[in-house]
Amino acid sequence: MILVYVNSDHGIGKSAMEVVTYGKKLGDVTVVTAGGASDADLAKLGQYGASKVMIDRNAKADDAQQLTRLVATAAAAVGAKIIVFSNDLVAKAVAPRLSVKLKAGLISGAIALPEMGSDFTCKVNVFSGKAFGNVKVNSDIKIISLLPNSIQPELTGADCAVENFDGAVGDIKVKVLETKIPEGEIPLTEAEVVVSAGRGLKGPENWGMVEDLAKTLGAATACSRPVADIGWRPHHEHVGQTGFAIRPNLYIAAGISGAIQHLAGVNGSKVIVVINTDPEAPFFKAADYGVIGDAFEVLPRLNEALKKFKAANN
Amino acid sequence: MKILVCISKAPDTTSKIAFSAGNTQFDENGVQFIVNPYDEWYALVRALELKEANGGNVTIITVGTAGDDSVIRKALAIGADDAVRIDAEPTDAYFTAMQIANYAKENGFDIVLTGKETINYNGSQVGGMIAEAMDLPFVSLAAKLDMNGNTATMEREVTGGVQVVQVNTPFVASCAKGMAEQRIPNMRGIMAARTKPLNVVAPASVDMLTSFVSYDTPDAKSSVKLIDPENMDELVNLLHNEAKVI
Ligand SMILES: Cc1cc2nc3c(=O)[nH]c(=O)nc-3n(C[C@H](O)[C@H](O)[C@H](O)COP(=O)(O)OP(=O)(O)OC[C@H]3O[C@@H](n4cnc5c(N)ncnc54)[C@H](O)[C@@H]3O)c2cc1C
Ligand SMILES: Nc1ncnc2c1ncn2[C@@H]1O[C@H](COP(=O)(O)O)[C@@H](O)[C@H]1O
Repeated sequence: MILVYVNSDHGIGKSAMEVVTYGKKLGDVTVVTAGGASDADLAKLGQYGASKVMIDRNAKADDAQQLTRLVATAAAAVGAKIIVFSNDLVAKAVAPRLSVKLKAGLISGAIALPEMGSDFTCKVNVFSGKAFGNVKVNSDIKIISLLPNSIQPELTGADCAVENFDGAVGDIKVKVLETKIPEGEIPLTEAEVVVSAGRGLKGPENWGMVEDLAKTLGAATACSRPVADIGWRPHHEHVGQTGFAIRPNLYIAAGISGAIQHLAGVNGSKVIVVINTDPEAPFFKAADYGVIGDAFEVLPRLNEALKKFKAANN
Repeated sequence: MKILVCISKAPDTTSKIAFSAGNTQFDENGVQFIVNPYDEWYALVRALELKEANGGNVTIITVGTAGDDSVIRKALAIGADDAVRIDAEPTDAYFTAMQIANYAKENGFDIVLTGKETINYNGSQVGGMIAEAMDLPFVSLAAKLDMNGNTATMEREVTGGVQVVQVNTPFVASCAKGMAEQRIPNMRGIMAARTKPLNVVAPASVDMLTSFVSYDTPDAKSSVKLIDPENMDELVNLLHNEAKVI
């Protein structure tokens, strides 16, 4: 039996569909979740392969200790041998706790399905995306935390049953005073297309052309580290070895030199487009498509070309 | 206030990543080792700031072999009071966390800080594991940490935004960007570090739940296709028809 934890507090996101699809490829899937999602929304997870969704409406979806108890109780209830998370910020708090509670080996940052021969191994990102490792798990129960954008959601079934579940979640020790989530932005780690820019843009006042292009593409925006450090852009946009690691389908980088620490966070991207005035910029070596040119001219031109393309294809 | 900061050794961020012994081991040839940036820049420096403001003691702890001592001395040079090395190869996050949790339980700390993740294995596992093993609250990816008596107010990253939380000591937190500014050790610190206590402790017997069996490096990209900066229609065309990403 496969137990999949999904985050449903802000609706059913793409990462939820990914982990259910992933779980379905390993066996019969039960989903466990906390918080206040509607039954109708949760039932849709059946379309991606869940046989059943169990929800504990008393559990707080942002308390790691409660979620750990919830998932542990659910795992015992269904006799789960494999527990799957999406490797997001919730999983980073919950999965390690669960690993200790169940004495179950944790594979974090999985990017593929496990090999389940005589050994149970799974491929993960290591060295900040500069290499892959194959991790073997020795324990009876295994926990896999899957990197977002590692699998395409697949519609395979119909709506499933949704049951209320008592996860015996206990009390809360961490008091939440305030949660600030800007509305309407695509979370960077989930975005399929990311438009990113660096110091080559000269100043924060020039980010309009980056945002315009992102808007046309339905993309998230990102930046290099110095840009976040000098305060041109918010810290949560910083990608790279010491920022977020992302693996979108398309990464467009303008005015970024492509230092090894930057590449570490983005070289899992499927396709990379680099725009830089310097033909010697190291980023061109990691790029699929390169434009040697001035971002101030190329970005607006690319935006116009995309708009034209979208108009012709709608 | 007693603060324990978990420090790990990591390859310098500019290192070429290669493997040896039939791709089963990280090739340390020519690799410079540093204190894992999150542990040094954020966890350690914030711990020192809290000590400077409120008094107390900052102990650093590493699960590692004698080869890690130079990295430990570097962290002492930045200002930690003393160091503990649990003498074992830290190959599995569970093993590592249980060693640290054992030591922390026996020696009683108000706050245990880790970095957000190690830049080599990127598990982001050890902090949460320590918290569970000690049955303590865990605040992951804290970007701010202020103490008022025994109460900590922290800002932490959540999906798409930030959250402000409050928790009483004892607790465990992992530290991310925003927490503090990097400190460069001065000559006095480096001299003082030579004589600060570094206690080597034998490991407890703990099972390993996971092990790395092999590694690969990503395929080199085939060479870049250059597009005329005047002709962005061509780029759009390639992204649609060739790369199929739009
Ligand atoms: C321990 C450590 C960790 C680090 N972690 C990260 C990390 O996580 N992420 C990260 O990004 N960096 C990281 N760095 C920093 C990294 O080494 C580089 O300094 C940084 O990525 C450079 O940012 P940049 O490319 O924006 O700026 P620059 O290196 O200044 O490059 C600017 C580029 O813009 C180009 N340019 C200039 N004008 C134009 C124009 N008009 N049009 C188009 N192109 C133009 C230039 O040719 C140049 O290539 C880290 C460094 C260290 C030491
Ligand atoms: N061998 C180790 N010794 C001490 N602390 C460690 C060790 N490995 C990891 N840590 C701590 O745990 C954090 C998260 O590590 P990881 O789970 O490997 O990403 C690091 O930032 C360190 O603070």
